[in-house]
Amino acid sequence: MSLISRLSRKSLRSTLAPWVVPTTLLLIWEIATQVGWLSSRILPEPWAVAKAAWSLGVSGELWTHFSISLWRAVSSFALGGSLGLLLGLLTGSFKTAETLLDTTLQMIRNIPALALIPMVILWFGIGESAKLFLVSLGVFFPIYLNTFHGIRSVDKGLIEMAKSYGLSGWPLYRDVILPGALPSILVGVRFSLGLVWVLLIVAETIAAQSGIGYMTMNAREFLQTDVVLVGILLYALLGKLADILSRVLERYFLRWHPGYR
Amino acid sequence: MRTGKIELTRMVAATSKRGIRVAISSLSKSYNDRQVLKEAELTIEAGEFVAVVGRSGCGKSTLLRLVAELESADGGHIEFAANNHRPETRIMFQDSRLLPWKRVLDNVALGLSQAREAASNALRQVGLEDRAHEWPAVLSGGQRQRVALARALVHDPELMLLDEPLGALDALTRIEMQQLIESIWRQRGFTAILVTHDVQEAIALADRVVLIEDGKITLDQHIDLARPRSRGNAAFAQLEESILARVLNLPNTNPEILVDEAQQMQA
Repeated sequence: MSLISRLSRKSLRSTLAPWVVPTTLLLIWEIATQVGWLSSRILPEPWAVAKAAWSLGVSGELWTHFSISLWRAVSSFALGGSLGLLLGLLTGSFKTAETLLDTTLQMIRNIPALALIPMVILWFGIGESAKLFLVSLGVFFPIYLNTFHGIRSVDKGLIEMAKSYGLSGWPLYRDVILPGALPSILVGVRFSLGLVWVLLIVAETIAAQSGIGYMTMNAREFLQTDVVLVGILLYALLGKLADILSRVLERYFLRWHPGYR
Repeated sequence: MRTGKIELTRMVAATSKRGIRVAISSLSKSYNDRQVLKEAELTIEAGEFVAVVGRSGCGKSTLLRLVAELESADGGHIEFAANNHRPETRIMFQDSRLLPWKRVLDNVALGLSQAREAASNALRQVGLEDRAHEWPAVLSGGQRQRVALARALVHDPELMLLDEPLGALDALTRIEMQQLIESIWRQRGFTAILVTHDVQEAIALADRVVLIEDGKITLDQHIDLARPRSRGNAAFAQLEESILARVLNLPNTNPEILVDEAQQMQA
Protein backbone atom coordinates (compact mmCIF):
# COMPACT_ATOMS: atom_id res chain seq x y z
CA MET A 1 0.00 0.00 0.00
CA SER A 2 1.43 3.37 -0.93
CA LEU A 3 1.94 6.05 1.69
CA ILE A 4 -0.59 8.38 0.07
CA SER A 5 -3.44 5.92 0.07
CA ARG A 6 -2.63 4.95 3.65
CA LEU A 7 -2.71 8.60 4.67
CA SER A 8 -6.00 9.28 2.91
CA ARG A 9 -7.48 6.17 4.46
CA LYS A 10 -6.43 7.42 7.86
CA SER A 11 -7.90 10.88 7.27
CA LEU A 12 -11.09 9.29 5.93
CA ARG A 13 -11.37 7.26 9.10
CA SER A 14 -10.81 10.30 11.30
CA THR A 15 -13.50 12.26 9.44
CA LEU A 16 -16.01 9.41 9.66
CA ALA A 17 -15.29 8.36 13.25
CA PRO A 18 -17.22 11.20 14.97
CA TRP A 19 -20.39 10.19 13.08
CA VAL A 20 -20.41 6.58 14.23
CA VAL A 21 -22.15 7.24 17.56
CA PRO A 22 -24.92 9.53 16.22
CA THR A 23 -25.67 7.12 13.35
CA THR A 24 -25.91 4.17 15.73
CA LEU A 25 -28.22 6.11 18.06
CA LEU A 26 -30.41 7.00 15.10
CA LEU A 27 -30.61 3.35 14.06
CA ILE A 28 -31.54 2.20 17.57
CA TRP A 29 -34.16 4.90 17.75
CA GLU A 30 -35.67 3.89 14.39
CA ILE A 31 -35.77 0.23 15.40
CA ALA A 32 -37.25 1.05 18.80
CA THR A 33 -40.17 2.93 17.23
CA GLN A 34 -40.65 0.29 14.56
CA VAL A 35 -40.88 -2.48 17.13
CA GLY A 36 -43.22 -0.40 19.26
CA TRP A 37 -41.14 0.29 22.35
CA LEU A 38 -41.60 4.00 21.78
CA SER A 39 -44.95 5.61 21.04
CA SER A 40 -44.76 8.11 18.19
CA ARG A 41 -46.62 10.53 20.51
CA ILE A 42 -43.54 10.65 22.70
CA LEU A 43 -40.86 10.34 20.08
CA PRO A 44 -41.70 9.96 16.38
CA GLU A 45 -39.44 7.75 14.32
CA PRO A 46 -36.53 9.41 12.50
CA TRP A 47 -38.12 8.57 9.19
CA ALA A 48 -41.25 10.55 10.11
CA VAL A 49 -39.06 13.48 11.14
CA ALA A 50 -37.29 13.34 7.81
CA LYS A 51 -40.63 13.26 6.00
CA ALA A 52 -41.87 16.24 8.01
CA ALA A 53 -38.69 18.14 7.20
CA TRP A 54 -39.13 17.29 3.53
CA SER A 55 -42.73 18.45 3.35
CA LEU A 56 -41.93 21.64 5.27
CA GLY A 57 -39.05 22.20 2.89
CA VAL A 58 -41.15 21.67 -0.19
CA SER A 59 -43.87 24.06 1.00
CA GLY A 60 -41.18 26.70 1.61
CA GLU A 61 -42.28 27.10 5.22
CA LEU A 62 -39.05 25.64 6.55
CA TRP A 63 -36.90 28.06 4.61
CA THR A 64 -38.94 31.08 5.73
CA HIS A 65 -38.58 30.19 9.39
CA PHE A 66 -34.96 29.19 9.00
CA SER A 67 -33.93 32.37 7.26
CA ILE A 68 -35.75 34.63 9.69
CA SER A 69 -34.12 32.89 12.67
CA LEU A 70 -30.74 33.10 11.00
CA TRP A 71 -31.23 36.77 10.29
CA ARG A 72 -32.19 37.45 13.91
CA ALA A 73 -29.14 35.57 15.16
CA VAL A 74 -26.75 37.31 12.81
CA SER A 75 -28.08 40.81 13.41
CA SER A 76 -28.21 40.53 17.20
CA PHE A 77 -24.77 38.93 17.27
CA ALA A 78 -23.42 41.76 15.14
CA LEU A 79 -25.05 44.40 17.34
CA GLY A 80 -24.27 42.94 20.77
CA GLY A 81 -20.90 41.61 19.72
CA SER A 82 -19.58 44.81 18.24
CA LEU A 83 -20.81 46.83 21.23
CA GLY A 84 -19.11 44.35 23.56
CA LEU A 85 -15.89 44.54 21.56
CA LEU A 86 -15.97 48.33 21.47
CA LEU A 87 -16.66 48.79 25.18
CA GLY A 88 -14.20 46.04 26.09
CA LEU A 89 -11.46 47.75 24.11
CA LEU A 90 -12.38 51.05 25.73
CA THR A 91 -12.39 49.86 29.35
CA GLY A 92 -9.39 47.61 28.74
CA SER A 93 -7.29 50.39 27.28
CA PHE A 94 -8.27 53.38 29.38
CA LYS A 95 -8.28 53.38 33.14
CA THR A 96 -10.82 56.23 33.24
CA ALA A 97 -13.26 54.30 31.08
CA GLU A 98 -12.87 51.33 33.39
CA THR A 99 -13.61 53.29 36.55
CA LEU A 100 -16.57 54.97 34.90
CA LEU A 101 -18.20 52.00 33.18
CA ASP A 102 -17.03 48.69 34.57
CA THR A 103 -19.00 48.63 37.81
CA THR A 104 -22.24 49.43 36.00
CA LEU A 105 -21.62 46.80 33.36
CA GLN A 106 -20.77 44.19 35.97
CA MET A 107 -24.07 44.87 37.74
CA ILE A 108 -26.06 44.54 34.52
CA ARG A 109 -24.14 41.39 33.68
CA ASN A 110 -25.45 39.65 36.77
CA ILE A 111 -29.06 40.12 35.73
CA PRO A 112 -30.10 37.02 33.79
CA ALA A 113 -31.21 38.23 30.37
CA LEU A 114 -34.28 36.04 30.58
CA ALA A 115 -35.40 37.74 33.80
CA LEU A 116 -35.90 40.84 31.74
CA ILE A 117 -38.51 39.26 29.48
CA PRO A 118 -41.54 40.91 31.15
CA MET A 119 -39.91 44.32 30.95
CA VAL A 120 -38.74 43.73 27.41
CA ILE A 121 -42.28 42.88 26.31
CA LEU A 122 -43.55 46.04 27.99
CA TRP A 123 -40.87 48.19 26.37
CA PHE A 124 -40.67 46.73 22.92
CA GLY A 125 -43.90 44.76 22.56
CA ILE A 126 -43.48 41.45 20.79
CA GLY A 127 -41.90 42.78 17.62
CA GLU A 128 -38.46 42.24 16.22
CA SER A 129 -36.80 44.79 18.47
CA ALA A 130 -37.69 42.81 21.62
CA LYS A 131 -35.84 39.75 20.31
CA LEU A 132 -32.98 41.82 19.02
CA PHE A 133 -32.58 43.48 22.42
CA LEU A 134 -32.72 40.28 24.42
CA VAL A 135 -30.26 38.34 22.30
CA SER A 136 -27.86 41.28 21.83
CA LEU A 137 -27.76 41.82 25.58
CA GLY A 138 -26.87 38.20 26.18
CA VAL A 139 -24.21 38.17 23.47
CA PHE A 140 -22.69 41.43 24.66
CA PHE A 141 -21.19 40.21 27.93
CA PRO A 142 -18.99 37.26 26.94
CA ILE A 143 -17.34 39.40 24.29
CA TYR A 144 -17.07 42.43 26.56
CA LEU A 145 -15.51 40.49 29.43
CA ASN A 146 -13.06 38.56 27.29
CA THR A 147 -11.99 41.62 25.33
CA PHE A 148 -11.36 43.51 28.57
CA HIS A 149 -9.45 40.59 30.02
CA GLY A 150 -7.52 40.09 26.78
CA ILE A 151 -6.35 43.68 26.61
CA ARG A 152 -5.35 43.63 30.26
CA SER A 153 -3.38 40.42 30.02
CA VAL A 154 -1.23 41.33 27.03
CA ASP A 155 2.38 40.53 27.94
CA LYS A 156 3.82 43.67 29.55
CA GLY A 157 7.29 42.68 28.36
CA LEU A 158 6.16 42.83 24.75
CA ILE A 159 4.65 46.27 25.23
CA GLU A 160 7.84 47.48 26.88
CA MET A 161 9.91 46.03 24.05
CA ALA A 162 7.70 47.59 21.38
CA LYS A 163 7.87 50.99 23.09
CA SER A 164 11.65 50.77 23.22
CA TYR A 165 11.54 50.17 19.48
CA GLY A 166 9.67 53.40 19.02
CA LEU A 167 6.13 52.07 18.69
CA SER A 168 3.37 54.09 20.26
CA GLY A 169 -0.24 55.07 19.65
CA TRP A 170 -2.04 53.26 16.88
CA PRO A 171 0.94 51.19 15.59
CA LEU A 172 1.50 49.87 19.13
CA TYR A 173 -2.19 49.04 19.38
CA ARG A 174 -2.33 47.38 15.97
CA ASP A 175 0.90 45.39 16.16
CA VAL A 176 1.05 44.44 19.82
CA ILE A 177 -2.02 45.04 22.00
CA LEU A 178 -4.78 43.94 19.63
CA PRO A 179 -3.09 40.75 18.41
CA GLY A 180 -2.13 39.96 21.98
CA ALA A 181 -5.75 40.26 23.10
CA LEU A 182 -7.11 38.30 20.14
CA PRO A 183 -6.99 34.78 21.63
CA SER A 184 -9.10 35.97 24.54
CA ILE A 185 -11.47 37.95 22.30
CA LEU A 186 -12.08 34.85 20.18
CA VAL A 187 -12.92 32.83 23.28
CA GLY A 188 -15.60 35.45 23.93
CA VAL A 189 -16.85 35.18 20.35
CA ARG A 190 -17.15 31.43 20.75
CA PHE A 191 -19.12 31.73 23.98
CA SER A 192 -21.40 34.29 22.39
CA LEU A 193 -22.05 32.23 19.28
CA GLY A 194 -23.21 29.40 21.52
CA LEU A 195 -25.36 31.73 23.57
CA VAL A 196 -27.11 33.27 20.55
CA TRP A 197 -29.14 30.14 19.90
CA VAL A 198 -30.11 29.55 23.51
CA LEU A 199 -31.44 33.07 23.82
CA LEU A 200 -33.06 33.04 20.42
CA ILE A 201 -35.05 29.87 21.18
CA VAL A 202 -36.49 31.47 24.29
CA ALA A 203 -37.16 34.77 22.57
CA GLU A 204 -38.91 33.06 19.67
CA THR A 205 -41.03 30.81 21.83
CA ILE A 206 -42.39 33.59 24.02
CA ALA A 207 -43.30 36.10 21.40
CA ALA A 208 -43.03 35.59 17.70
CA GLN A 209 -45.00 35.00 14.55
CA SER A 210 -42.13 33.42 12.66
CA GLY A 211 -38.85 31.67 13.12
CA ILE A 212 -37.86 28.17 14.12
CA GLY A 213 -38.91 28.73 17.74
CA TYR A 214 -42.36 29.83 16.61
CA MET A 215 -42.62 26.86 14.29
CA THR A 216 -41.92 24.38 17.08
CA MET A 217 -44.25 26.09 19.57
CA ASN A 218 -46.97 26.10 16.99
CA ALA A 219 -46.43 22.44 16.20
CA ARG A 220 -46.60 21.60 19.90
CA GLU A 221 -50.11 23.05 20.07
CA PHE A 222 -51.16 20.56 17.40
CA LEU A 223 -49.10 17.71 18.85
CA GLN A 224 -47.00 17.53 15.70
CA THR A 225 -44.04 16.02 17.50
CA ASP A 226 -42.25 15.37 14.23
CA VAL A 227 -42.24 19.09 13.39
CA VAL A 228 -41.04 19.90 16.91
CA LEU A 229 -38.14 17.56 16.35
CA VAL A 230 -37.36 19.16 13.00
CA GLY A 231 -37.09 22.49 14.83
CA ILE A 232 -34.83 21.05 17.50
CA LEU A 233 -32.58 19.46 14.91
CA LEU A 234 -32.39 22.75 13.04
CA TYR A 235 -31.15 24.46 16.18
CA ALA A 236 -28.55 21.75 16.61
CA LEU A 237 -27.45 22.26 13.02
CA LEU A 238 -27.23 26.03 13.40
CA GLY A 239 -25.31 25.64 16.64
CA LYS A 240 -22.84 23.36 14.90
CA LEU A 241 -22.48 25.86 12.06
CA ALA A 242 -21.73 28.62 14.57
CA ASP A 243 -19.12 26.41 16.17
CA ILE A 244 -17.48 25.72 12.80
CA LEU A 245 -17.48 29.43 12.08
CA SER A 246 -15.70 30.24 15.33
CA ARG A 247 -13.16 27.48 14.67
CA VAL A 248 -12.47 28.89 11.23
CA LEU A 249 -11.98 32.33 12.75
CA GLU A 250 -9.56 30.94 15.34
CA ARG A 251 -7.66 28.93 12.76
CA TYR A 252 -7.20 32.01 10.66
CA PHE A 253 -6.50 34.69 13.24
CA LEU A 254 -4.44 32.52 15.57
CA ARG A 255 -2.45 30.69 12.93
CA TRP A 256 0.73 31.87 14.63
CA HIS A 257 -0.33 30.15 17.86
CA PRO A 258 1.06 26.64 18.36
CA GLY A 259 -2.18 25.67 20.12
CA TYR A 260 -4.33 26.31 17.05
CA ARG A 261 -2.36 24.61 14.35
CA MET B 1 26.90 31.16 9.04
CA ARG B 2 29.63 31.39 6.44
CA THR B 3 27.66 33.77 4.26
CA GLY B 4 26.98 35.76 7.43
CA LYS B 5 30.69 36.25 8.01
CA ILE B 6 31.23 37.47 4.47
CA GLU B 7 28.35 39.88 4.87
CA LEU B 8 29.89 41.10 8.11
CA THR B 9 33.24 41.93 6.60
CA ARG B 10 31.52 43.70 3.75
CA MET B 11 29.55 45.82 6.17
CA VAL B 12 32.61 46.75 8.22
CA ALA B 13 34.05 48.59 5.30
CA ALA B 14 30.80 50.49 4.90
CA THR B 15 30.01 51.47 8.50
CA SER B 16 32.23 53.48 10.74
CA LYS B 17 32.51 52.78 14.48
CA ARG B 18 29.27 53.87 16.06
CA GLY B 19 30.02 53.70 19.78
CA ILE B 20 29.04 56.43 22.16
CA ARG B 21 30.42 57.45 25.55
CA VAL B 22 28.16 56.96 28.56
CA ALA B 23 28.77 58.78 31.84
CA ILE B 24 26.67 57.76 34.82
CA SER B 25 26.98 59.95 37.88
CA SER B 26 25.50 59.53 41.36
CA LEU B 27 22.61 57.50 40.00
CA SER B 28 19.99 56.49 42.58
CA LYS B 29 16.83 54.47 42.36
CA SER B 30 14.55 52.93 44.94
CA TYR B 31 11.46 50.76 44.82
CA ASN B 32 9.04 50.99 47.73
CA ASP B 33 11.60 52.57 50.07
CA ARG B 34 14.17 49.93 49.20
CA GLN B 35 17.16 51.64 47.68
CA VAL B 36 18.43 49.55 44.78
CA LEU B 37 21.05 51.96 43.44
CA LYS B 38 22.97 54.25 45.77
CA GLU B 39 24.73 57.03 43.89
CA ALA B 40 26.36 54.68 41.42
CA GLU B 41 29.18 56.10 39.28
CA LEU B 42 30.30 54.57 35.99
CA THR B 43 31.90 55.90 32.85
CA ILE B 44 31.97 53.85 29.70
CA GLU B 45 34.14 54.91 26.79
CA ALA B 46 32.89 54.95 23.23
CA GLY B 47 32.93 51.48 21.72
CA GLU B 48 33.78 49.83 25.01
CA PHE B 49 32.25 46.51 26.07
CA VAL B 50 31.43 46.58 29.76
CA ALA B 51 30.03 43.63 31.68
CA VAL B 52 28.11 44.26 34.88
CA VAL B 53 28.09 41.35 37.30
CA GLY B 54 26.67 40.87 40.76
CA ARG B 55 24.34 38.75 42.82
CA SER B 56 20.66 38.76 41.92
CA GLY B 57 18.86 41.79 43.29
CA CYS B 58 22.05 43.86 43.49
CA GLY B 59 20.69 46.48 41.09
CA LYS B 60 22.51 45.53 37.90
CA SER B 61 19.37 45.15 35.83
CA THR B 62 18.00 48.36 37.30
CA LEU B 63 21.11 50.17 36.12
CA LEU B 64 20.50 48.89 32.62
CA ARG B 65 16.82 49.81 32.67
CA LEU B 66 17.73 53.34 33.73
CA VAL B 67 20.29 53.70 30.93
CA ALA B 68 17.64 52.40 28.52
CA GLU B 69 15.15 54.93 29.91
CA LEU B 70 12.66 52.17 30.57
CA GLU B 71 12.44 53.70 34.01
CA SER B 72 13.39 57.08 35.40
CA ALA B 73 16.01 57.61 38.08
CA ASP B 74 15.31 59.17 41.48
CA GLY B 75 18.60 61.05 41.44
CA GLY B 76 21.77 61.57 39.47
CA HIS B 77 22.10 61.61 35.74
CA ILE B 78 23.25 59.72 32.70
CA GLU B 79 25.10 61.68 30.06
CA PHE B 80 25.88 60.65 26.55
CA ALA B 81 28.77 62.20 24.67
CA ALA B 82 28.43 63.98 21.36
CA ASN B 83 26.29 66.96 22.38
CA ASN B 84 24.31 64.65 24.62
CA HIS B 85 21.72 63.63 22.06
CA ARG B 86 19.72 60.55 22.87
CA PRO B 87 21.75 57.74 21.27
CA GLU B 88 20.25 54.99 19.17
CA THR B 89 19.83 52.44 21.94
CA ARG B 90 18.65 48.86 21.62
CA ILE B 91 18.03 46.31 24.32
CA MET B 92 18.19 42.54 24.30
CA PHE B 93 16.20 40.96 27.11
CA GLN B 94 16.59 37.60 28.75
CA ASP B 95 13.45 36.40 26.96
CA SER B 96 13.59 37.20 23.28
CA ARG B 97 10.31 39.17 23.38
CA LEU B 98 9.48 38.39 19.81
CA LEU B 99 5.91 39.10 18.76
CA PRO B 100 4.50 35.59 18.31
CA TRP B 101 1.94 36.79 15.76
CA LYS B 102 4.52 38.23 13.40
CA ARG B 103 6.76 36.16 11.21
CA VAL B 104 10.49 36.25 11.88
CA LEU B 105 11.22 38.81 9.18
CA ASP B 106 8.43 41.13 10.33
CA ASN B 107 9.70 40.86 13.89
CA VAL B 108 13.12 42.02 12.77
CA ALA B 109 11.57 44.86 10.79
CA LEU B 110 9.54 46.05 13.81
CA GLY B 111 9.46 49.81 14.13
CA LEU B 112 10.88 50.36 10.68
CA SER B 113 8.95 51.27 7.60
CA GLN B 114 10.10 49.90 4.24
CA ALA B 115 13.02 48.01 5.70
CA ARG B 116 12.52 44.44 4.64
CA GLU B 117 15.83 44.34 2.87
CA ALA B 118 17.71 45.67 5.86
CA ALA B 119 15.83 43.18 8.00
CA SER B 120 16.78 40.23 5.84
CA ASN B 121 20.39 41.46 5.84
CA ALA B 122 20.36 41.47 9.61
CA LEU B 123 18.88 37.98 9.62
CA ARG B 124 21.68 36.85 7.33
CA GLN B 125 24.18 38.25 9.81
CA VAL B 126 22.83 36.04 12.57
CA GLY B 127 22.58 33.09 10.18
CA LEU B 128 18.80 32.76 10.14
CA GLU B 129 18.02 34.01 6.66
CA ASP B 130 16.28 30.76 5.74
CA ARG B 131 13.85 31.02 8.68
CA ALA B 132 12.58 34.47 7.70
CA HIS B 133 9.02 33.35 7.00
CA GLU B 134 8.51 31.10 10.01
CA TRP B 135 6.54 31.88 13.15
CA PRO B 136 8.70 32.53 16.22
CA ALA B 137 6.96 29.65 18.03
CA VAL B 138 8.75 27.05 15.92
CA LEU B 139 12.25 28.40 16.65
CA SER B 140 14.51 27.14 19.43
CA GLY B 141 15.50 29.39 22.33
CA GLY B 142 18.88 30.18 20.82
CA GLN B 143 17.36 30.96 17.44
CA ARG B 144 14.85 33.32 19.03
CA GLN B 145 17.66 35.18 20.73
CA ARG B 146 19.47 35.44 17.43
CA VAL B 147 16.33 36.94 15.87
CA ALA B 148 16.16 39.39 18.78
CA LEU B 149 19.80 40.26 18.10
CA ALA B 150 19.03 40.83 14.43
CA ARG B 151 16.08 43.02 15.41
CA ALA B 152 18.42 45.17 17.49
CA LEU B 153 21.16 45.27 14.84
CA VAL B 154 18.85 46.44 12.09
CA HIS B 155 18.65 49.81 13.84
CA ASP B 156 22.43 50.14 13.75
CA PRO B 157 22.61 50.98 17.46
CA GLU B 158 25.23 53.22 19.06
CA LEU B 159 24.54 51.66 22.42
CA MET B 160 23.58 48.03 22.90
CA LEU B 161 22.17 46.95 26.22
CA LEU B 162 22.19 43.24 26.94
CA ASP B 163 20.10 42.20 29.93
CA GLU B 164 21.22 38.60 30.58
CA PRO B 165 20.33 37.72 26.99
CA LEU B 166 21.92 34.29 27.18
CA GLY B 167 20.76 33.36 30.66
CA ALA B 168 18.13 30.90 29.49
CA LEU B 169 20.21 29.13 26.85
CA ASP B 170 22.04 25.83 27.09
CA ALA B 171 25.82 25.88 27.52
CA LEU B 172 26.74 25.17 23.90
CA THR B 173 24.29 27.64 22.39
CA ARG B 174 25.57 30.18 24.90
CA ILE B 175 29.16 29.93 23.74
CA GLU B 176 28.00 30.15 20.13
CA MET B 177 25.94 33.26 20.90
CA GLN B 178 28.81 34.83 22.84
CA GLN B 179 31.04 34.42 19.80
CA LEU B 180 28.37 35.88 17.53
CA ILE B 181 27.83 38.89 19.79
CA GLU B 182 31.57 39.45 20.12
CA SER B 183 32.19 39.30 16.39
CA ILE B 184 29.30 41.65 15.60
CA TRP B 185 30.44 44.05 18.31
CA ARG B 186 33.97 44.05 16.90
CA GLN B 187 32.68 44.76 13.43
CA ARG B 188 30.12 47.40 14.34
CA GLY B 189 31.96 49.06 17.20
CA PHE B 190 28.90 50.03 19.24
CA THR B 191 29.17 50.58 22.98
CA ALA B 192 27.88 47.53 24.82
CA ILE B 193 26.71 47.00 28.37
CA LEU B 194 26.12 43.38 29.32
CA VAL B 195 24.38 42.44 32.53
CA THR B 196 25.13 38.87 33.51
CA HIS B 197 25.52 36.61 36.49
CA ASP B 198 28.01 34.46 34.63
CA VAL B 199 31.53 35.67 35.43
CA GLN B 200 33.05 33.52 32.70
CA GLU B 201 30.76 35.11 30.12
CA ALA B 202 31.69 38.55 31.41
CA ILE B 203 35.42 37.87 31.06
CA ALA B 204 35.01 36.23 27.66
CA LEU B 205 33.27 39.27 26.21
CA ALA B 206 34.06 42.44 28.11
CA ASP B 207 36.85 45.01 28.12
CA ARG B 208 35.93 45.79 31.69
CA VAL B 209 34.07 43.82 34.32
CA VAL B 210 32.18 45.90 36.85
CA LEU B 211 30.79 44.48 40.06
CA ILE B 212 27.73 45.99 41.71
CA GLU B 213 27.24 45.27 45.37
CA ASP B 214 24.59 46.80 47.52
CA GLY B 215 23.71 49.43 44.92
CA LYS B 216 27.27 50.59 44.38
CA ILE B 217 30.09 49.75 42.03
CA THR B 218 32.73 48.04 44.12
CA LEU B 219 35.02 46.55 41.51
CA ASP B 220 36.14 47.79 38.12
CA GLN B 221 38.44 45.27 36.49
CA HIS B 222 40.07 45.75 33.10
CA ILE B 223 40.41 42.57 31.07
CA ASP B 224 43.51 42.77 28.94
CA LEU B 225 43.29 39.39 27.29
CA ALA B 226 43.71 39.16 23.53
CA ARG B 227 40.58 38.41 21.51
CA PRO B 228 39.14 36.00 20.70
CA ARG B 229 39.60 34.75 24.22
CA SER B 230 40.12 31.12 25.00
CA ARG B 231 38.53 29.88 28.19
CA GLY B 232 41.32 27.36 28.74
CA ASN B 233 43.89 30.14 29.11
CA ALA B 234 45.62 30.31 32.51
CA ALA B 235 45.25 34.08 32.78
CA PHE B 236 41.56 33.73 31.97
CA ALA B 237 41.10 31.15 34.70
CA GLN B 238 42.96 33.26 37.21
CA LEU B 239 40.84 36.32 36.46
CA GLU B 240 37.68 34.31 36.69
CA GLU B 241 38.73 32.88 40.01
CA SER B 242 39.58 36.21 41.55
CA ILE B 243 36.44 37.97 40.30
CA LEU B 244 34.27 35.07 41.38
CA ALA B 245 35.87 35.13 44.80
CA ARG B 246 35.18 38.86 44.98
CA VAL B 247 31.52 38.38 43.92
CA LEU B 248 31.01 35.66 46.48
CA ASN B 249 32.76 37.81 49.07
CA LEU B 250 35.32 35.14 49.77
CA PRO B 251 38.53 36.37 51.33
CA ASN B 252 41.11 36.06 48.57
CA THR B 253 43.66 34.87 51.05
CA ASN B 254 41.86 31.69 51.95
CA PRO B 255 44.11 29.21 50.18
CA GLU B 256 41.89 26.21 50.69
CA ILE B 257 38.99 27.63 48.74
CA LEU B 258 41.22 28.99 46.02
CA VAL B 259 42.93 25.67 45.49
CA ASP B 260 39.58 23.96 45.48
CA GLU B 261 38.23 26.32 42.86
CA ALA B 262 41.34 26.07 40.73
CA GLN B 263 40.93 22.33 40.68
CA GLN B 264 37.32 22.65 39.61
CA MET B 265 38.39 25.04 36.93
CA GLN B 266 40.86 22.58 35.52
CA ALA B 267 38.43 19.69 35.61
